[in-house]
Amino acid sequence: MNVVEDVQVKEGVDQETVDAVKSVGGKYKYGFETDIEMEYAPKGLNEDIVRLISGKNGEPEWMTDWRMQAYTRWTKMQEPTWAMVNYPTIDFQDQYYYAQPKSMAENRPKSLDEVDPKLLETYKKLGIPLKEQMILAGVEGAEDAPAEGRKVAVDAVFDSVSVGTTFQEELKKAGVIFCSISEAIREHPELVKKYLGTVVPPSDNFYATLNTAVFSDGSFVYVPPGVRCPMELSTYFRINAENTGQFERTLIIADKGSYVSYLEGCTAPQRDKAQLHAAVVELIAEEDAEIKYSTVQNWYPGDENGNGGIYNFVTKRADCRGDRSKVMWTQVETGSAITWKYPSCILRGNDSQGEFYSIAIANNMQQADTGTKMIHLGKNTKSRIVSKGISAGKAQNTYRGLVRMHPKAKNSRNYTQCDSLLIGDTCGAHTVPYIEVRNNSSRVEHEATTSKVDDDQLFYCRQRGMDEEEAVALVVNGFCKEVLQALPMEFAMEAQALVAISLEGSVG
Amino acid sequence: MAVAQAKYDAAEALIQAFPDPSFKTGKWATEARARALATFRSQGAPHRFDEYWKFTNPATLIDPVAPKASVFEESSGRPFSDIDRVMLVFVDGVFNPEQSDDPTLAGVEIEPLSEAMQADIHWASSVYGVLEASGQQPVHRPLAALNTAKACSGFVIRVTGKASKPVAFNYLHQDEHSDAMIHHVIKLEEGADLTVLENGPAAARFNKVIEIDVGDRAAFHHVRAQGRDHERRAVTHLFARLGRESSFKSFTMTVNGVLTRNEAVIEFTGDDAHATVAAASVGDGDFHNDNTVFITHDAVNCESRQVFKKVLRNGATGVFQGKILVKPDAQKTDGYQISQALLLDEDSNFLAKPELEIYADDVACSHGSTCGALDETALFYLTSRGIPRVDAQNMLVLAFLAEAIAEIEDEALGHDIQSRLERWMERRRT
Repeated sequence: MNVVEDVQVKEGVDQETVDAVKSVGGKYKYGFETDIEMEYAPKGLNEDIVRLISGKNGEPEWMTDWRMQAYTRWTKMQEPTWAMVNYPTIDFQDQYYYAQPKSMAENRPKSLDEVDPKLLETYKKLGIPLKEQMILAGVEGAEDAPAEGRKVAVDAVFDSVSVGTTFQEELKKAGVIFCSISEAIREHPELVKKYLGTVVPPSDNFYATLNTAVFSDGSFVYVPPGVRCPMELSTYFRINAENTGQFERTLIIADKGSYVSYLEGCTAPQRDKAQLHAAVVELIAEEDAEIKYSTVQNWYPGDENGNGGIYNFVTKRADCRGDRSKVMWTQVETGSAITWKYPSCILRGNDSQGEFYSIAIANNMQQADTGTKMIHLGKNTKSRIVSKGISAGKAQNTYRGLVRMHPKAKNSRNYTQCDSLLIGDTCGAHTVPYIEVRNNSSRVEHEATTSKVDDDQLFYCRQRGMDEEEAVALVVNGFCKEVLQALPMEFAMEAQALVAISLEGSVG
Repeated sequence: MAVAQAKYDAAEALIQAFPDPSFKTGKWATEARARALATFRSQGAPHRFDEYWKFTNPATLIDPVAPKASVFEESSGRPFSDIDRVMLVFVDGVFNPEQSDDPTLAGVEIEPLSEAMQADIHWASSVYGVLEASGQQPVHRPLAALNTAKACSGFVIRVTGKASKPVAFNYLHQDEHSDAMIHHVIKLEEGADLTVLENGPAAARFNKVIEIDVGDRAAFHHVRAQGRDHERRAVTHLFARLGRESSFKSFTMTVNGVLTRNEAVIEFTGDDAHATVAAASVGDGDFHNDNTVFITHDAVNCESRQVFKKVLRNGATGVFQGKILVKPDAQKTDGYQISQALLLDEDSNFLAKPELEIYADDVACSHGSTCGALDETALFYLTSRGIPRVDAQNMLVLAFLAEAIAEIEDEALGHDIQSRLERWMERRRT
């Protein structure tokens, strides 16, 4: 916000508020680069690269074979073109598929204390301290927080590798496995074999197949039966290396009657050249289990002329396998030049529930095509979709969703609400829902609206002394309220601030 | 690749299947038909893998031979019998002057398409194939292009004032294997007013296009009753271009039919205009009813309404694909769209894709889509008041359809449609 530069602190406004405003103001603040020696795999993609990545992770043969099959399939697949996004053709041979800090390659650190300080510094700068400490609602300086403060375990992924995972010991005591996926493949092959690729099969789509072949790292979570995960789990993805794609794979399994809340954050340096990010996330909820998955996606969105930025092609899907299982997706999408992402729920178990809350903000030249799929297979399944799309600048924002009621999904319910807000007359907001109902005891309701920021509300705010950008930010925050409220506390504040930043410069 | 080839092969087979006209076409018609033929060839026939045909399998529409459809005896009177109208009868797609009224009674300029096509210069050249061609972007409508390229039957109508009577097209079906193609062109000059009524199964397979150019401050009303002859198949296209302060209202009732695809493509080109497209569909068993609507707002302060209601039972399928496209300069647009289905039993399906694509900021666009069974509480209320369950159900079904029927401006026409739907309910009672 432009109020940041010279803030005249009014009476009654404490310094804390001023600092908070300062910290969220300004340009994309995660655009810095970490100067660190990197080790790359040769440029391009071929069978050798796939083998090399598999080798780097010390994978067993079955995993390498799995990757090779996916690679062979991928070479015969075609890039999807149905989304409402336009971008130059991606040359898949003109990028690196594996990059890791040299310090991680030479001597894999055994604990966080051995990790290269430069890496730790990077995460500190991003506001993600990799020390096992209390983190309170995103407020920095949490070291002094009282002992009962909330704990968040973090898995930090830097380009192609996981740098470290915090609180592993404490989680182990509860029986929760939280580690990088490469470690899980080595240490818990039976779990990985049982679940990996069962929700997003290797043949799923172009980018998921590519990911299956070349994924380098990601997070793995297993919550045993009846365990309520004692703390929030989170993964922080950072792209640093230039011209390198990030392909992470996340697998979360909530066994019978367990509960886990997982947060995901992402940032990348500011560069002129677009970079590729193609992730696959698989969630499995067994009987009575519940998974809450929250994302604040803040990849570098490119500059106002559309140069650079991350191409975010992500496949996220949850399988509510067991009866009464529940999955809740919450996403705040503010970054990325291109977003192509549809976190979905397969409601297989009877009485299972899927929820999707999304805020997608596109400014400048950003293009977002995002939404969800709710596939109702079991009886008495319920789903709820709340999507808020905001377009500003020259951006295009599309909600694309599917609600499918299978003939056997008796007495199921869906409620969908997708609202779009346009700020300025050079952007676009689009809604493309698919509704397929094949039984009559289910009820499907879909509502969508598109409008502009209400002049009366703006006038009211202006009258109370706010400048125009502040007023728009406030109205927009109100527009997104339903989704912001669904976020865990750690993210809600950050997300709220992001909504304001992302719209910066879109007024007037 | 295989799909693309299949589309081209099917297109060639269709081009061969439909004969060229027995008369010599004039310059404008020859050119218009050649353009449409080129479009059809380049697009290929629709295929079930096409996104736009996702919910409706076009296989029987692109078969070179029309599938057989039995002819049913007329049981009740023809729709609109009580309306004072000029009736023009087509039998299996061919105009039949003997059964028809004198067309000139409508107080409009009217002549058969075949005559207009033989002239070298004709006003119809500014509409025929022109609105259809503009409706080919951004979505292909190959069967409309095929119709423009091949149709020889239909009427061209030009209206300069208020028509004295509605023009009613009555499409009779007598041959179980008939394959009919009809193309009407309607031009409403500034301030003109015309009502067009349509009814009848037309043929075993029916491909119809109507192009309507609605001039400034002109008003066009359209009420259509598609029914009878359950085995019939139809694909219809309505292309309309709306001038300043004009009004366009179209209502369709569909009962029966194994395959009906009704497309409406409407473009606002003048400011302050209004358009309504509404439909009430009721069907049983292998009934498949598809309403596909594409409304383009390219003018300021225009209002569009889409109201679609479907009652489905015994495995019937209802499809709705509706889109509102608001172009960057179409400020103050008011776009409304509702699609609702009532599924009366476990086997019926409702498939919908209600879309918005908006590039202007000062707009109010909304769409709603719901699907479900009859409200048990309402049923209980009615039965507890002594109304037999079947009657209570019928009441609720009619109440559900009422919102769409209410879009018909003319009261007498609304009643006619209402009574037909009531009769449908009664026929199915046993």
